[in-house]
Amino acid sequence: MGILEVKNVNKRFGGLQALSDMNLSIAENTVHAIIGPNGAGKSTLLNVLVGKLIPDTGSVMFDGQSVLGRKPYEINQMGISRVFQTPEIFGDLTVLENMMIPIFAKRDGAFRMHAIESVGNERAVVQQAEHMLESLNMADQRHNHSASMSRGNKRRLEIGMCLSQEPRLLLLDEPTAGMARADTNNTIDLLKQIKEERDITIAIIEHDMHVVFSLAERITVLAQGTPLVEDTPDNIKGHPKVREAYLGESATA
Amino acid sequence: MLGMTRKDAMMLAIVAIVALLAPFILNPFPVDSGFAQFNAGYPDLMQRFAIFGIFAIGFNILFGLTGYLSFGHAAFLGVGSYAAIWMMKLLTTNILPGMVMGIIVAGLFALVVGFISLRRSGIYFAILTLAFAQMSYALAYSVLTPITGGETGLQLKLNDARVLDAPLAPGERADANLFGIDMTSSYDLIVGGWQFTFNAGYYIAAVVLVLAFYLSIRIFRSPFGMMLRAIKSNNTRMTYTGLNARPYALAAFVISGMYAGLAGGLMVAMDTQVGPERMFWTASGEVVLMTILGGAGTLIGPVLGAGLIKYMENIISKINSSILHEWFYWMPDGLEDFVITLIYPFVGKGWHLTLGIVFMLVVIFLPGGLVEGGQRIKRLFESKKARKTSDQTTPAE
Amino acid sequence: MDAIILQILNGLDKGSAYALIALGLTLIFGTLGVVNFAHGALFMIGAFCAVTISRILTFSHEVVDETRTDFLGNPMKVDVPYIHSIVGQNAGDFMIDWAVPLSILFAIPVMIGIGVIMERGLIKHFYKRPHADQILVTFGLAIVLQEIIKFYYGANPIPTPAPSAFRGSFDFGAFLGMDANSIIYPYWRLVYFAFSLVIIGAVFAFLRFTTFGMVVRAGMADRETVGLLGINIDKRFTIMFGIAAAVAGLAGVMYAPINSPNYHMGMDFLVLSFVVVVVGGMGSLPGAVLAGFLLGILESFASMSEVLELLPGINQIVIYLVAIIILLTRPRGLMGRKGVMED
Repeated sequence: MGILEVKNVNKRFGGLQALSDMNLSIAENTVHAIIGPNGAGKSTLLNVLVGKLIPDTGSVMFDGQSVLGRKPYEINQMGISRVFQTPEIFGDLTVLENMMIPIFAKRDGAFRMHAIESVGNERAVVQQAEHMLESLNMADQRHNHSASMSRGNKRRLEIGMCLSQEPRLLLLDEPTAGMARADTNNTIDLLKQIKEERDITIAIIEHDMHVVFSLAERITVLAQGTPLVEDTPDNIKGHPKVREAYLGESATA
Repeated sequence: MLGMTRKDAMMLAIVAIVALLAPFILNPFPVDSGFAQFNAGYPDLMQRFAIFGIFAIGFNILFGLTGYLSFGHAAFLGVGSYAAIWMMKLLTTNILPGMVMGIIVAGLFALVVGFISLRRSGIYFAILTLAFAQMSYALAYSVLTPITGGETGLQLKLNDARVLDAPLAPGERADANLFGIDMTSSYDLIVGGWQFTFNAGYYIAAVVLVLAFYLSIRIFRSPFGMMLRAIKSNNTRMTYTGLNARPYALAAFVISGMYAGLAGGLMVAMDTQVGPERMFWTASGEVVLMTILGGAGTLIGPVLGAGLIKYMENIISKINSSILHEWFYWMPDGLEDFVITLIYPFVGKGWHLTLGIVFMLVVIFLPGGLVEGGQRIKRLFESKKARKTSDQTTPAE
Repeated sequence: MDAIILQILNGLDKGSAYALIALGLTLIFGTLGVVNFAHGALFMIGAFCAVTISRILTFSHEVVDETRTDFLGNPMKVDVPYIHSIVGQNAGDFMIDWAVPLSILFAIPVMIGIGVIMERGLIKHFYKRPHADQILVTFGLAIVLQEIIKFYYGANPIPTPAPSAFRGSFDFGAFLGMDANSIIYPYWRLVYFAFSLVIIGAVFAFLRFTTFGMVVRAGMADRETVGLLGINIDKRFTIMFGIAAAVAGLAGVMYAPINSPNYHMGMDFLVLSFVVVVVGGMGSLPGAVLAGFLLGILESFASMSEVLELLPGINQIVIYLVAIIILLTRPRGLMGRKGVMED
């Protein structure tokens, strides 16, 4: 029984069957990659997992609880954090403030009216945030405007914000899309480090095979809204069906 | 100090001192001098500074922090005014119950309006709030006449109930007061050619302003304030961080509505009357102007903006063509007429034109308002200074 | 029955004005993505074009009329419009009488010019700024425009009559075979309604049948793609802004005889027109027109004394009420497109 169980999920958009009989089980404490050509249903699947889309049929269980019909913030409070394709951070706020907000959210829940106490007096939160920034090697930037950072650093910050909530499942949506090689490698290293240091399940949707094969322990290949194969990276590499459906072009390229 | 950083405490102290000394600061010219018309130290205007300052501080908690642009905040001010005057008519001419009731009623009204309007954002939110405010105005003007007095509005009358007050002695009027201190009572200090007026009503409004400002500092610096800025910055990240943005925005909306109600209550405390025009949408536009002009999202901006607009309104709208002729009499005739023709549209009744132009210029060139302007000038000086020092010595860092 | 017809008719003239202003607002929003709070001011300027033309035409000089004498027996001085000496007395009187319709010729270039200047000089710089900034700067512009008009024309409404041929009323009751005088409707309002239909038809035809219109519609749907085709979409959008301004201006010109123009008439109409746009659906041209007429008629029905007895004051708030309900239940409005300002 995995930490995340997707069973018989179907989702139609008009004439398009985006997900058909989708089944997926992600085991606890693994890095599970989901790959597939464009239009295979990866984004739809992700949006179902975080509560943005409600499937037509089927169930999605996280740690024995259904996530369907819950709002994104409720799903986050259950222990699922999401990293976006383009980094979503609080651009108008400083790096330190960015890091404090998820810590507040973890501590105080979805809403709390703490309108009088000063942020500066929340020593525990400030320390935790600074500690997190140090472990990301970003402590020297803590008073910078986060919008002015490089894309690689924004990504780092976003991942750090998610981690500061100690999620049980971290969802990554093409975390290295649009990144230079150096930034990509940094991100891979960061994720590897996270994997070593923490008990965490990571689900990653990615186009870049380099990233997938450096990180994943299990890989699910999607095609036309349904899982084609699920196996270890080594087996996936040689799998004829996968080559045909997906790696075909990129292997020759 | 008082849970604030040194910098914030300094700012609060400056506001408090300026408010305390306003009768001196705003009356720099002797009564008989030609510049006396630029004096702004008379009670009515100073009360306006304080009241609109409170209104703008509250509006800024919503607009400045969350970015939700409400075009209907005058409705809360109006509702607060109506609630306050009814307390003064029914209970007592002491202004305290009226102000408290103004805050409560405006807060409840804001809760309803906010609950509905915040289901949408962006321009839809602006139009929803505008629609609510216009509806309130229309209702106050017509159907609710038994409660609002319709077009004529409400005033304090001799035959009001005032169940808590002793009956008036013959010839006595029902004056707004705070535990016996009459709002209209003033003390004139005459020093040489100068006259300084210390008015009870103004000082009560000023104390409330300083308290309101202090509260807004606390809100700005609190985790709650940080969440509000997070809404403005990135709503998506906000929800995916496990935060429910709507109650945060609603809380900000209600708080700013309560500030408006407080301002409305104070307004009634000062002039003991209220009419529906107070709720018209141009009045809502005015508080937007004040906040933007001063600097939305900054602490001091709204107070500056409110002061500046109310000052300009009073001073510029008083300038007429004979004053202009007095000023430019030294010019050759043709030139004098030409200059006056140029200036005339912008003064007196044309003051709204000046306001509109200033406002446009600010939005175009200085979206951060006066505060941003000040910072830019400061930075300009600092970079010049830095360049100078770096020429002479090696920089310390 | 006659009461219902009368209310529908009464709603038509206001509805026409709402529809025309909302049409322009939607054109601007759909093409440029800008929320124009100064659009009401354009309507108002249109009305003052009519005032201006009628003033120019009646601009007079004193002439001594030898055939008439005053009570002292001296020859009488009479004001004679200059136009008499230019085109002759009969033609001159005719032009003065027809000042409002003639103003259309004057208003079209003026309004297009104002629109183009506004877009190039101001709005252009706000495409990439937040909607709040667009609202604020156009709100400021609206104040400036109306104050300029107030300075030159004063604060009081200026009566601007329709041509004498249209001053009477049309007896709809008799026309429909009911009692005479049961439904009386001023001719000019009929003219206004017909005029608005013509303008609306012209705008739609223009968008549908000309290549210019096709490009603009494509741009409304997907600006970037059209830009990629190498078509200079910005220039077309500028012209579109001019056209939207002209539509608002013409709506104002012809409205002058219905309500004497004053400097704040634009603001009065603007708030309601925004509500109309939202109800119709942001970005939907047919929605704007439909909602304009519907709300105009609805407002008229709400002012019936029978309704007011039941729900006092409903005429004052009905439009806002409808807007609130629509926004909450159908956030896209009646005919809004998917994906337009849905947040």
